[in-house]
Amino acid sequence: MPPRLAPLAALIPDGALLAIPPDYSGVALRATLELIRQGRRHLRLVTAPTSGLQADLLIGAGLVDEVETAGLSLGEFGGAPRFAAACKAGTLTVRDATCPAIHAGFQAAEKGVPFLPLRGILGSDLLAHRPDWKVVQNPMTEGADPIVLVPAIRPDVALFHVALADRQGNVWVGMRRELATLAHASARTLVTAETIHPGNLLDDPLLAPGTLPHLYVDHVVPTPHGTWPLPLLDRTPGDRVALAEYAKAARTEAGFAALLARWLDG
Amino acid sequence: MADPRLLAATLADAVAEARTIAVGTNSPIPAAAALLAQRRAGQGVTVSILGSARHNPFPDGGRELFDFAGQGRLDAFFLGGGQIDGDGNVNLVRAGEVRFPGSYGSAYLMALVPNIVLFREEHSPRVLVRRVEFISAAGRPRRLVTGRAVFGFEDGGFVLRSAHPGESEEGIRTETGFTFATDPGFGPTPEPSALDLEWLAGPIADDLAQTYPRFAQTLRGSHAPTA
Repeated sequence: MPPRLAPLAALIPDGALLAIPPDYSGVALRATLELIRQGRRHLRLVTAPTSGLQADLLIGAGLVDEVETAGLSLGEFGGAPRFAAACKAGTLTVRDATCPAIHAGFQAAEKGVPFLPLRGILGSDLLAHRPDWKVVQNPMTEGADPIVLVPAIRPDVALFHVALADRQGNVWVGMRRELATLAHASARTLVTAETIHPGNLLDDPLLAPGTLPHLYVDHVVPTPHGTWPLPLLDRTPGDRVALAEYAKAARTEAGFAALLARWLDG
Repeated sequence: MADPRLLAATLADAVAEARTIAVGTNSPIPAAAALLAQRRAGQGVTVSILGSARHNPFPDGGRELFDFAGQGRLDAFFLGGGQIDGDGNVNLVRAGEVRFPGSYGSAYLMALVPNIVLFREEHSPRVLVRRVEFISAAGRPRRLVTGRAVFGFEDGGFVLRSAHPGESEEGIRTETGFTFATDPGFGPTPEPSALDLEWLAGPIADDLAQTYPRFAQTLRGSHAPTA
């Protein structure tokens, strides 16, 4: 474990609203293990807009009181076992959402407005379970036109992993623009980076459009293989043996604990 | 279970008219179907596969697909469901004590995409229920494809169109928790063509290897899996 991951994880306080990206986007998994090692408690997770292994680890390790998500699964490896177990045991509050509502919540936050309207969703039972989502009449028209308003989501901390960062604190997210949106919406953004770019990312016209400027980035720690065992875009393949092992072991609490202990040692 | 290549070909039939097709999370067979529909069309079809670096026409991040659909630009999308009911409603949240992954984009996309194709390999009274316990997305599908059959959706209810090899109308009725009509043209589900099979085992398997390595192996195999 890079020694500098400990101070990074220490910047996430107990009770924080922590935003994390989907498994395919850029998950700071090594930093997540450090957070577990430090024994953080009462986190509220918001997944942007979904998660898998990372949320399941945090939930299984007992760090999470509440999760807002549009979906939590291990993808090709099946359901998220510790999430399912925590739901069954009633130890986890789930705020069910739908992907575009979470995106819109972050977009509202990055605009500094209290909510955004969104089409669809009408007729879904999600509405009954989300009193913070309001249905209003479109004020711009005379005819009946109900529309859903979703509130801004302002995480305390966003945590993710990128392929490239530079010494100025700019980070390259490429096509994974949801990471930029997350950072824009969050009070503090913590990043682990696969490699350090020798120059300034904003000086390169090909890299600049995919770059999240240092203005939004509070802390970057170079962390090779920082997403292990998850893939990093098409740059680092996932460790499918480890993922399959997790899916199997985490079916039981004991299996999960044994595997987690091994990963924390690794 | 039905041959995944037959299912992919059947799902490709269901999106034959679409110019823009998107595939969501954990959907290997719909992903193969979208790529098959694209190859059959020859040109002019764009496919988005979540989690694929190669098939991602949305460089503006996760929200772009939803904004694209919000404007009515997305023609077709595949949706699964822990439960699907006779009104076409989909439940991705929970059944009894069992927690499902969550609603993903369904609550939004079902309302905004003209051609919603429901797909669930398991066809049993456990999955195809009279009434879902939680409506993730309110029903407005165009079609339902399962491991046993193909249904259309007309006047708010499902209509049996075809049965896969080895299935009968009577057997399908026994395995379905909701009531449905039978189309006058009911018959066997067409088998994939030789060219479909060639594409699925070759270029489509290669295309999917990054996102769905296990499934790509299945497609490459000369025999259908017995899973």
